Amino acid sequence: MAIREGEVQEFTLEQLKHLVSERALRGETILLNMGPQHPSTHGVLRLLVELDGETIVSVVPDIGYLHTGIEKHCESKTYTKIIPLTDRIDYLSPMSNNLAYVMAVEKLMGVEVPLRAQYIRVILTELQRIASHLVWLGTHALDIAAMSVFLYCFREREMILDIFEMVSGQRMMVSYFRVGGLWRDVPEGFEDAVRAFLKLMPSRINEYERLLKRNPLWLQRTKGVGVISPEDAIAWGVTGPSLRGSGVNYDVRKAQPYSSYDHFEFDVPLGENGDVYDRFMVRIEEMRQSLRIIDQALRRLPKGPYITPDRKVTPPPKEELAWSMEALIHHFKFWTEGFSPPPGEVYHAVESPRGEFGVYINSDGSPKPRRVHFRAPSFVNLQALPIMAKGCLVADLVAIIGSIDIVLGEVDR
Amino acid sequence: MGAVKEPVAVVAGQKTGEMGVALTTLEEALEWVAAWGRTRAMWPLLFGLACCAIEMMATQASHYDLSRFGMEIMRASPRQADLMIVAGRVSRKMAPVVRRLYDQMTEPKWVIAMGDCASTGGVFNNYAIVQGVDEIIPVDVYVSGCPPRPEGLIEGILLLHEKIRRGGIRSSR
Repeated sequence: MAIREGEVQEFTLEQLKHLVSERALRGETILLNMGPQHPSTHGVLRLLVELDGETIVSVVPDIGYLHTGIEKHCESKTYTKIIPLTDRIDYLSPMSNNLAYVMAVEKLMGVEVPLRAQYIRVILTELQRIASHLVWLGTHALDIAAMSVFLYCFREREMILDIFEMVSGQRMMVSYFRVGGLWRDVPEGFEDAVRAFLKLMPSRINEYERLLKRNPLWLQRTKGVGVISPEDAIAWGVTGPSLRGSGVNYDVRKAQPYSSYDHFEFDVPLGENGDVYDRFMVRIEEMRQSLRIIDQALRRLPKGPYITPDRKVTPPPKEELAWSMEALIHHFKFWTEGFSPPPGEVYHAVESPRGEFGVYINSDGSPKPRRVHFRAPSFVNLQALPIMAKGCLVADLVAIIGSIDIVLGEVDR
Repeated sequence: MGAVKEPVAVVAGQKTGEMGVALTTLEEALEWVAAWGRTRAMWPLLFGLACCAIEMMATQASHYDLSRFGMEIMRASPRQADLMIVAGRVSRKMAPVVRRLYDQMTEPKWVIAMGDCASTGGVFNNYAIVQGVDEIIPVDVYVSGCPPRPEGLIEGILLLHEKIRRGGIRSSR
């Protein structure tokens, strides 16, 4: 596919007439294009901004610059082979995506997951939440010109990535969860590494907070900016910290507990005003709550198997192949054909760092799904951007985009 | 030439502190200076597409510290950048934009295809993804990995530096 300069699609005002107000057509307001290559759109988001002086009249997001066709691609893969694709939807929280997907398949097939696997899943997804929030905090602060926070955040993120590499062999795209449990048990030294992280992290979170919480520049750029009311947030389907920043107490971990989240004590931090500052405070507090959950899960981590013994969804252990004919057949069936869930459909949601990440699977009884759909929180949360940005200054737009924490891989899928 | 030869060699040698370097011609001296300048302050375009962009940020950040190679400044404007790191999958909708950004960069300019998606399409062999960014722009160095580790990207950058040093003054496109 050779693309020459002339093929870049140009729009005329006539084509965009339905997106802008009457005043833009009379030349009273300015139309400004932001992105898709822009340092502060967190990826390849394009925004069509209508400005009256410096005040934003309307914002129209143009998405699809990272459309990867993952949902369609899933239809040509077996259930196990879809797991690596789910990593790359929301590439800041592969663990949450894996969890949502494998739990949906488990729900469809009625597979029981051992308690040890459930606890390890909780530990790793909560670590992932912290890692994701660290990237958010670093880039969000960088957008508002607080450079040093970025360097601090990535320092701690490396510790989490080291733990992920220890368990899965990969830093980012882990693909560690399997239908029925985990790929393998956590290695020796895992618990010590997590404990070391738990010991260090609270003081580091305080450090980030001290840098920003009472910083007058930060307050001026975030307080009262990008406000969304609880009613609007619910009406537009906003979930996650962006919703809780407006004071709505909804967290999938509490509302529909999964993977034994009901065994752990934690609070759901809430904001009051629904502005950029409140969303910032909610995420900072969420990191502390995640540490609480990890601490409890690690203390009570049970011994036992890390994956279900159900031979329909997991390959038998290697040594069994030497003496068991049945194991050999299961092994062969699993690796050549995969497993076939019963016909039907299923939806399962988890609380990803960005909100309710849901997986819908429609099965026709074959080893490949008929349809897979991902309910991506960033995609839904992005809808609220025009409401938050309306009436703000154009410089506030980057702060607002940062505060809803979108990942374009997830928006476009 | 004979009269010019000696002073240039002395000046260039003093700059590096390597008095032992023997430079024979003016052209060689100029090439050496140009390569030195190009590799010591290479400004990448601040431009991320997908997952690899996060690893690119990690490479920039405190732990891996790309400023050791004079590359801590990322330029958001293609006019000020001379290296494009294509970090992530290039979709059909994004491809014309990538091409335009490349065209807007001033000479001399280089391209690193970071990761499997940018190099070959990676796991996404489907309708939406361009199967390797070299279909639309010329690539100098391919870095494998999904995503590559920061060390991998640094290795790719050092390889590009090597290429620039060997290629001479007229080597860039």
